[in-house]
Amino acid sequence: MTLTSAVNRGATPRERFEADTREVRPAQTDAGLPLDLLYTPEHIESLDYDRDLGYPGQYPFTRGAYPTMYRGRRWTYRQYSGMATAEETNERYRYLLARGQTALSVAFDLPTQLGYDSDHPLAVDEVGRVGVAIDTVDDMDRLFDRIDLEQVSVNFTINATASIILALYLAVARRRGLALDRLAGTVQNDILKEFLARNTYIYPPAPSLRLCCDIIEHCAGTLPRFNPISVTGFHIREARASAVQEIAFTLGAACVYTDEMLRRGFNIDDFAARLSFHFATTPSFFEEIAKLRAARRMWARLVRDRYGARQERSCVMRFFSGGAGAWLAHQEPLNNIVRTTVECLAAVLAGAQSIHVMAFDEALGIPTEESARIALRTQQILAEETDIADVVDPLGGSYFLESLTNRLEDAIRALMAEIEELGGYLRALEAQHLQRAVLDRAYEQELQLQHGTRPIVGQNVYVDEEASATIPALQDVPAVAPEQIARLQAFRATRVAAQVHRALGDLRRDVESGRNVMPALIAAAESGATLGEMADEFRAVFGEWRPQL
Amino acid sequence: MTTRVLLAKIGLDGHDRGVLIVARALRDAGLEVIYLGMRNTIDSVVSAATQENPDVVGISVLSNIHQVIAPRLMTRMREAGLDDVPVIFGGTVPPSDVQLLEDAGVAAVFPTGSSLEDIVAFCRSIRARNSRASAAAVESAP
Repeated sequence: MTLTSAVNRGATPRERFEADTREVRPAQTDAGLPLDLLYTPEHIESLDYDRDLGYPGQYPFTRGAYPTMYRGRRWTYRQYSGMATAEETNERYRYLLARGQTALSVAFDLPTQLGYDSDHPLAVDEVGRVGVAIDTVDDMDRLFDRIDLEQVSVNFTINATASIILALYLAVARRRGLALDRLAGTVQNDILKEFLARNTYIYPPAPSLRLCCDIIEHCAGTLPRFNPISVTGFHIREARASAVQEIAFTLGAACVYTDEMLRRGFNIDDFAARLSFHFATTPSFFEEIAKLRAARRMWARLVRDRYGARQERSCVMRFFSGGAGAWLAHQEPLNNIVRTTVECLAAVLAGAQSIHVMAFDEALGIPTEESARIALRTQQILAEETDIADVVDPLGGSYFLESLTNRLEDAIRALMAEIEELGGYLRALEAQHLQRAVLDRAYEQELQLQHGTRPIVGQNVYVDEEASATIPALQDVPAVAPEQIARLQAFRATRVAAQVHRALGDLRRDVESGRNVMPALIAAAESGATLGEMADEFRAVFGEWRPQL
Repeated sequence: MTTRVLLAKIGLDGHDRGVLIVARALRDAGLEVIYLGMRNTIDSVVSAATQENPDVVGISVLSNIHQVIAPRLMTRMREAGLDDVPVIFGGTVPPSDVQLLEDAGVAAVFPTGSSLEDIVAFCRSIRARNSRASAAAVESAP
């Protein structure tokens, strides 16, 4: 039986579709790529399955980093948290581990991130405010009290002081007699994006880059399961960059680190497999999935074609995905649970290795125990109650998704070429070109939010003043400075001053001579040198970075 | 005469997206903006305010130290003879802390998600008030 249509009799289905949809409103992705209404095989005519997609766990890794993906091993629940003191944070960690969290992610306070001991005049107001205060090897030990570091992997969101934090951690590992080859974890250690977005830099870019690569070099020899860097687009995106800027700037930074390692005489296959990445997922669902698949393919091609990797595993991009906080609303904060669920779903469908889900009250303050638990539960519900983890890259082959993946790759490549024309990534960063590009885009987006052309429910559409007034109890951050300072001073009083002095002298010598700083840092940490004292040795030699405004 | 707004971040916090957007919105609206950048201390802000003679001082904080620095900043502003310069705060200030800041003498609080138009309107209104006040002062002069 043949169906007939009242209009357009005799027209082809395609002609009829075009006639029926001529008036449809235009649409575009969050990054501004125009969207067709419908995707068909024509959109992916140029796609070559083996060349562009292939199999998961194989070059170019578009479909996934590992062959069995989540059926072999579920993604890691890696909720980011840090309370004011090491004890409280340890308590939160053990609370989360007891409820099924499988890895830790440490949030440090700002003095720790910026290399100030808790009793430094610039530190006192900020001790323990946005994360845990770590001054000494004893603090680090307390942070992981009764946690088996050979079993739990630990992610440190630390950059300017990454080398010092890693040294304190390794000093604890040695104190506990742990096998270094069993330690798993990550130091973020991506200093370049600090200059672009996150702004917790201390030293100028060149010596900062050196410290960063000292860590990569040290880990390559001694810590086979540790990720010495997590090249991070997350904060660039949180500063309201587009998905295209996020990936272009992250891959650009990854190439700077890689170039420096090659300059030091390493072979790409010596370290590339341990480089890890960190991206954001926003509620722009399909664009995020396509972005991450494009990023995986682009990195694989860069590592093989530009850097000449011989080993397939050097080409794998493994990444940690965090739901974006900048998209969460102040108003009616419980609604954020829906937003974070969509973000998490995108991360899973894109094949993330580990995931952080924001707490619903994150736009208001430090998450409570309840909101932190709900964030973890969001991951568990998606992983265990739905069928999204059973099939690898389930959206692969979608006309729309493959087309979007290709077009994002083109747009990212074009932006990377523009950066090259500006004289390369480092020059563009130092001249503030990248920062300005992100700010331009952020401002444009803010105006859309202000005018309601980019809807946020409860914020600029469906605003409900009464509902906005109901806010769940917030975590009150107590003043912990006196307690932390007392402990720091007691620690200083018990250590052997001559040993600390000698260790810091050795560190200074290595900083000045250009030798890898990690061995001397670890020795200094073991001798009882504090975070601030070690950072001061770097400050004395490198100076501090002041950006032009 | 355009309204002159001094903006700064106090403390170690590096989240400057909000303050940079506010700075651009104020400039686009024709106001004059002096941005001191990140990692200021209370003293560096007060000394800049003394030199630059702004109509409004705006402080951006996203590191949960607003409740500590607001009272101290207001005290230092008074000590420096700047009690007539209104101070506004922006950033992650939870609704429950707004009153606390206002009690300390902060003229207005614009938490994340606030309307840029409101911020611009507030800064303009200060200028208008100050102009009237100085006009009145001139009139009453001998």
